[in-house]
Amino acid sequence: MSIRLGGVCEPGSTRVNKTGGWRTFRPVYDYDKCIKCKLCELLCPDMSVLEWENGYFQFDYDFCKGCGICANECPKNAISMVLEEK
Amino acid sequence: MAVIRDLNKDKMDVVEGSYAVAHSVKVCKPNVISAYPITPQTHIVEDLSQFMADGEIPNCEYINVESEFSALSALVGSSAVGARCYSATTSQGLELMHEILFNVSGMRLPIVMTIANRAVSAPINIWNDQQDSISQRDTGWIQLYAEDLQEASDMTAQAFKIAEDKDVMLPAMACMDGFILSHVYEPMVLLEQDLVDEYLPTYAPEYTLDTKNPLTFGAFADPEIYTEFRYLQQKAMDNALPKIEEAANDFHKVFGRYYGGLVDEYETEDAEIILMAMGSVVGTIKDTIDGLRAKGVKVGLLKVRSFRPFPVEAIHNAIKNAKVVVAIDKNISLGLNEGALFTETKASLYNTNIDMPVIGRMIGHGGRDIPVSTIEKIVDEAANVMKSGISVESQYADLKEELL
Repeated sequence: MSIRLGGVCEPGSTRVNKTGGWRTFRPVYDYDKCIKCKLCELLCPDMSVLEWENGYFQFDYDFCKGCGICANECPKNAISMVLEEK
Repeated sequence: MAVIRDLNKDKMDVVEGSYAVAHSVKVCKPNVISAYPITPQTHIVEDLSQFMADGEIPNCEYINVESEFSALSALVGSSAVGARCYSATTSQGLELMHEILFNVSGMRLPIVMTIANRAVSAPINIWNDQQDSISQRDTGWIQLYAEDLQEASDMTAQAFKIAEDKDVMLPAMACMDGFILSHVYEPMVLLEQDLVDEYLPTYAPEYTLDTKNPLTFGAFADPEIYTEFRYLQQKAMDNALPKIEEAANDFHKVFGRYYGGLVDEYETEDAEIILMAMGSVVGTIKDTIDGLRAKGVKVGLLKVRSFRPFPVEAIHNAIKNAKVVVAIDKNISLGLNEGALFTETKASLYNTNIDMPVIGRMIGHGGRDIPVSTIEKIVDEAANVMKSGISVESQYADLKEELL
């Protein structure tokens, strides 16, 4: 990759910049509680909630920054925020 | 090549400096002009507004904005879609643009602005010095300084040509001293439309914002690549050095007028004392030199047209045979007690084999008049440096001790 004048780039170019490493807390689903209401998908500011074939959702941890909005808004408390530990 | 003027009276008009610049902008066919009034720049955008009202600038949008911050921000978007963009400002207005100045340069948008140089507040002062633009020297804008109305007018077209060059693509400030140039009337030749069309190619950037072909401008750069962006901006500045010379030479070919490229020299060939300066004070210095030369004083002038990029090589070539150099500044870096031209000239000589005393004298701040006597006093001090070395490296040359 070489830098274009002024850093002009095509749409989608930030895919290479994986921001998942910024996360302190990781959202985790409890599928027994999930009612597939889609609020988490709707409210995620980073488009990191991906729809699954079975109608449930999963997180894209490459880009989820762990903001916790999904967990806060979930009407069934089906998302818990778990500390990232190595 | 010495200064070449066109003194054909049939072609000359007597106009105000602001009008001359506004006319130059008009014939450069801008697509977007943003305007916010501030003294002493206001006449420029007023005249442009009149041209717009009279239908004299086709295919152009004139945007009234609510601040200078918005004036430049509006041009960021306009320039990105491929428009030739212009605005004018000064002093506090330019300082309010500070943040956007960096954005424009980093996004490599070749916007041209006229700066009608004025002192900065506080205390509020609307008169001329060059503190406003000098304070923006690290923002990545090309800075050119004009000596008189004809040069300020002609420099506007040159600024577009340099800024929009594909090897440069940097914004440019064409600086003219507020009031001294912006409000004075002089006989001069207004730029002819057919010659400007010949001189200045249509602006055709490589990338433009376009809904049919979406691109991201001004994207994020993390530590992995930010350094390379800054390096490329500096490289563009390096590229601008020969382009500024080229723009002046091409201008001479088309219009027959010439004021120097990066620098211009006056009576420097055998000069023991060389004064360096930028802007309208150059005229006063030339007059002073004429008087002193008649008395046998070997004094010359190095006029610096381009402050950014800083023309190190051209300056060295001009001063290398002098015995003492004086940099004259209409600005001060508070805390260092030096003007920028002095600091940078002095710094550029370190690590070279050019060895001579360089002193700095600051004059004309906040519009203080610069009579020939002030310049003569500075030349006297320079003569003393030749005899007995430097006593005071940098100071105000026109300080009123009685007020302190």
